[in-house]
Amino acid sequence: MTLLTHFNTGDTAWVLASAALVLFMTPGLALFYGGLSRSKNVLGIMMQCMFCIGAVSIIWAVFGFSLAFGKDVGGGIIGNLGLAGMGSNHTLIPGLSHLAVSPLAFGVFQMMFAVITAALIAGGGADRMKFAGFCVLIVVWTVLVYVPIAHWVFSPNGWLAHQGVLDFAGGTVVEINSGFSALGLAIVLGKRHGWPREAMVPHSVPIAVAGAGILWFGWFGFNAGSAGAANGVAVHAFLNTQLAACAGLIGWLIIEKVTTSYATTVGAISGAVAGMVAITPCAGFIGTMPSILIGLLAGLICASAVKLKFKFGYDDSLDVLGVHGVGGLIGTILLGLFASVAVNHGGANGLFYGGGLHLLGVQVLAALVTAVYALVVTAAIAKLLDKTIGLRVSPDDENIGLDSSQHAENAYSIGSSQGHR
Amino acid sequence: MKLISAIVKPHKLDSVKDALQAIGVRGMTVSQVQGFGRQRGHTEVYRGAEYTIDFVPKIKVEILIADDSETLVVNTILESASSGSIGDGKIWVTPVEDAVRIRTGERGNDAIDQEQGR
Repeated sequence: MTLLTHFNTGDTAWVLASAALVLFMTPGLALFYGGLSRSKNVLGIMMQCMFCIGAVSIIWAVFGFSLAFGKDVGGGIIGNLGLAGMGSNHTLIPGLSHLAVSPLAFGVFQMMFAVITAALIAGGGADRMKFAGFCVLIVVWTVLVYVPIAHWVFSPNGWLAHQGVLDFAGGTVVEINSGFSALGLAIVLGKRHGWPREAMVPHSVPIAVAGAGILWFGWFGFNAGSAGAANGVAVHAFLNTQLAACAGLIGWLIIEKVTTSYATTVGAISGAVAGMVAITPCAGFIGTMPSILIGLLAGLICASAVKLKFKFGYDDSLDVLGVHGVGGLIGTILLGLFASVAVNHGGANGLFYGGGLHLLGVQVLAALVTAVYALVVTAAIAKLLDKTIGLRVSPDDENIGLDSSQHAENAYSIGSSQGHR
Repeated sequence: MKLISAIVKPHKLDSVKDALQAIGVRGMTVSQVQGFGRQRGHTEVYRGAEYTIDFVPKIKVEILIADDSETLVVNTILESASSGSIGDGKIWVTPVEDAVRIRTGERGNDAIDQEQGR
């Protein structure tokens, strides 16, 4: 086996710090989702997020990383088990021999991506999933959905990577994937009892704001860390992340103000997230001004897309499709227009920068393939689990809420724990 | 003894409390409650979808008083809680059989904190 004998310590430091930032996004997501949920289900959704950290990290270390980034078994479909156990500081990752950082640092950074993508799906089935069913779902989903898509796009030997797809930090692998997986899950689970007739509204917008703040903070690691080095591309990605988040925030508020005559707090944080979702595939490939435009479009379009569930009747409870699925499509496809080698010579030129239609075509292909694969396979897994171990709680348990029925806990209790005389 | 229960607008709590203290009421219990009357519910907007919320947040004030203070206390709440607009709330009076101060075991009027009417 060829050994990597030297890696850059500064770059490795940045990637390790970024890995910690990305890990922090999942507890942040737990707060974001928790605040948007009703008070009887806040611990239920938080536990689903926390379980993803526990289970997906271990799956990733044992064989997930290897299936995603190991030597291709043929056709760019999946990796082999050569990197099972994640190898060492001196292991060569196939196709990534130019990597400036320790392969283990790269592996642990990618681990955090798998974790948060899994956790994002929970929002599509919020308020009505059995905890045990969710746990099995996430394990199977990580192996059958996340790992293959990560191999297709992120591994240089994946079949979509061979087509020349550009995805800086996971517009397809993380965003489109989670959005359409959540849609598949929401459809199989069915609507919550009473939805949409009963008002199911956020129980604590301040908690959701805290969660969105952590997501925003962590997203700098997510995008700028995806440069794989502390270099100029990382700086571009960092700045673009901020600009797209801000433009998304403003775009969402504009739609709200026009359509409902109020600009809301939930709208502001949703818009910032939508902007960051859309810039995720583009962050290290496009200039600063296109980043503002893409963030703004994401805010405008996602603010409208979250209403589709009322029109079509699928209960994507926390709008994973409307924000992550649609935002991911926007960023992944628009990258085919705005990519510029002036920003990143490892990238390509999009249509507006003299690159012709090729990149745009590949981006559309990757977006559609990811959406269809995530939707179909996740729905199939969910259906199979629902028929066997059961995925949905009983109507009684749903009424009581997940906190009490699934975890024997209560987020907000009164009594001796308050400690007043 | 009487139990005075008053549902008031949350932002009126301070003026109600000050006015009651000014006439010598020395104890009260307040709770955050939700409900609706003629004011009905209100509309909230989350991610562009408008939801009708039937229950409006209010504050419930409860005071135990001696029988002869009833008119004064009710009138005081009436004046201090009124804004003249819909949703100002309600006051009702309930007869109370007995009251006990837990620390001392005092009963009846002795168990009630009050200065008025003495």
